[in-house]
Amino acid sequence: MAPLDLLKTREGLVRTVFMAALALVPLVAYAASELFYVEFATRIMIFAIAAVGLNFILGFGGMVSFGHAAFIGLGAYVVGLAIYYGVYDGFVHLALVVVICGLAAFLIGAVCLRTSGLYFIMITLAFAQLLFFVGVGLRQYGGDDGFTFRGHSTFATWLDLRNSITFFYVVWGVLAATLFFAYRFVRSRFGMALSGIRSNEHRMRAIGLPTYRYKLVAFAISGVICGVAGALLANLTQFVSPEYMHWTRSGELLVMVIMGGISSVFGPVLGATLYLVLEELLSSATEHWQFLFGPILILVVLFAKKGLMSALKIAGLSIGGRAGHG
Amino acid sequence: MAESLLTIENLTKRFGALVATDGVSLAIEPGEVHAMIGPNGAGKTTLVRQISGELRPNGGRIFFEGREITPLPTHRRTHLGLVRSFQITSIFPDLSALDNVALAVQVHQGHSFHFWRDAREERCLRAPARAMLEQVGLIARAAVTAADMSHGEHRQLEIAMALASEPKMLLLDEPMAGMGPDESQRMVELLRGLKGKVTILLVEHDMDAVFVLADRITVLVYGRAIATGRPEEIRANKEVRRAYLGDGGGG
Repeated sequence: MAPLDLLKTREGLVRTVFMAALALVPLVAYAASELFYVEFATRIMIFAIAAVGLNFILGFGGMVSFGHAAFIGLGAYVVGLAIYYGVYDGFVHLALVVVICGLAAFLIGAVCLRTSGLYFIMITLAFAQLLFFVGVGLRQYGGDDGFTFRGHSTFATWLDLRNSITFFYVVWGVLAATLFFAYRFVRSRFGMALSGIRSNEHRMRAIGLPTYRYKLVAFAISGVICGVAGALLANLTQFVSPEYMHWTRSGELLVMVIMGGISSVFGPVLGATLYLVLEELLSSATEHWQFLFGPILILVVLFAKKGLMSALKIAGLSIGGRAGHG
Repeated sequence: MAESLLTIENLTKRFGALVATDGVSLAIEPGEVHAMIGPNGAGKTTLVRQISGELRPNGGRIFFEGREITPLPTHRRTHLGLVRSFQITSIFPDLSALDNVALAVQVHQGHSFHFWRDAREERCLRAPARAMLEQVGLIARAAVTAADMSHGEHRQLEIAMALASEPKMLLLDEPMAGMGPDESQRMVELLRGLKGKVTILLVEHDMDAVFVLADRITVLVYGRAIATGRPEEIRANKEVRRAYLGDGGGG
């Protein structure tokens, strides 16, 4: 099956329709003079990128990281600080984010992946909290209040992220590219090795694969993707704070991924969308929105056990052809 | 001894006060099917796990093709051609039978840091994997998710995966465990077909199968190898009869 079977499979169809609909958001928002929707959709896409990044290790590698918000925060701080010190070049930002988040994920992963299961969850959480408190301790950058800055990543004179429409389409492009790479990765030999590790790591070692280094590379890739999402988030909010790295943020990211469905590449995009839309709707209705959000989550888990992506399958949205990946 | 494929010298493994492997020495010749039998708790699996590298012995040495492998981890031994199949079925349950074997082929071909090409469309993975499934009689079930297969099929799949790494020697830990008579019979046929192509160390409870398949047999009792010999020698050995075969276990 080709990786870009845009309409052939159910997942391909959902993905194509969804991404096309997203691309139309700015037009609709302009027509309705509701520019807020552009910003909101941008936010959704940023968290969708992070969720796809997390699912790369969660769904396909079986590693439940409870600390991936740390990489979002790190990416955001890198861009925030660069702009704070007058560096606006987007390519420099990107290079810094890839190197710093990649290195951080590599080091954190190197320690965390010595463990597995519950211990892995706890130790990723511990590292994220460590970075959170480092952020709180940075008094010259606002401590736990964080800091605001003015300016955006600029890639070329005609391509800076100040214009909210340009920014929207750049984020759309990054999401599309992330999805494309994720599809290639999970079907490649590397992806197959990763599913083997998730399915039966013991056996994977027995057939001769040193599993640790594969998990570590996957973890680092996943950290970089979340870092890029963080860099985009900083551009969107013009603000960074340790709160981005708080453990509840890592939890939200997990909820997005699980709600969307961990067994498909695209599921987490749906999960991030549903999460943020619900949050928006419910919090505008009541201050105690989490009181309503909780039960809805329980319903999703009860009735769409494998996430929204599989729920769509059961609802019969299939138009011939089975899911691209198990 | 130089021509032996696998040589074990004075191997010892203790778990606290329990001596699970008690100074076992053994030489397995290229091409033979060497069976290991013994009552429950004799330390057969413990011995296999040390040979495969999952357990570190407390003493003694293991040689494979004349080279000492005692300190090597499992995956290094696998690459040398010493491959284990599991007593407890150990497959990739959420992958198809073909994917299971293709994954074993892939790992055997070298590192898996390839991020771009679709592994399910690589002929050099799929064709050998199909050949292995053919060899163990599972080709008709290639597309079935492993979790949905029967116990006997799992064991066949298990062997196909072990074969995928082109082993010089297979460690088979109770391949017939939990099988019905038909399934056992099919497995015996499968192993008979492998005879001569690959050296096999077979740990098995099914005495009929052992005596049909084995060129030589080693009897393990309380961690010690009390006898090694051809099937008829083992059958005639008084000590073996007393320790094991005699008390009603002959069938």
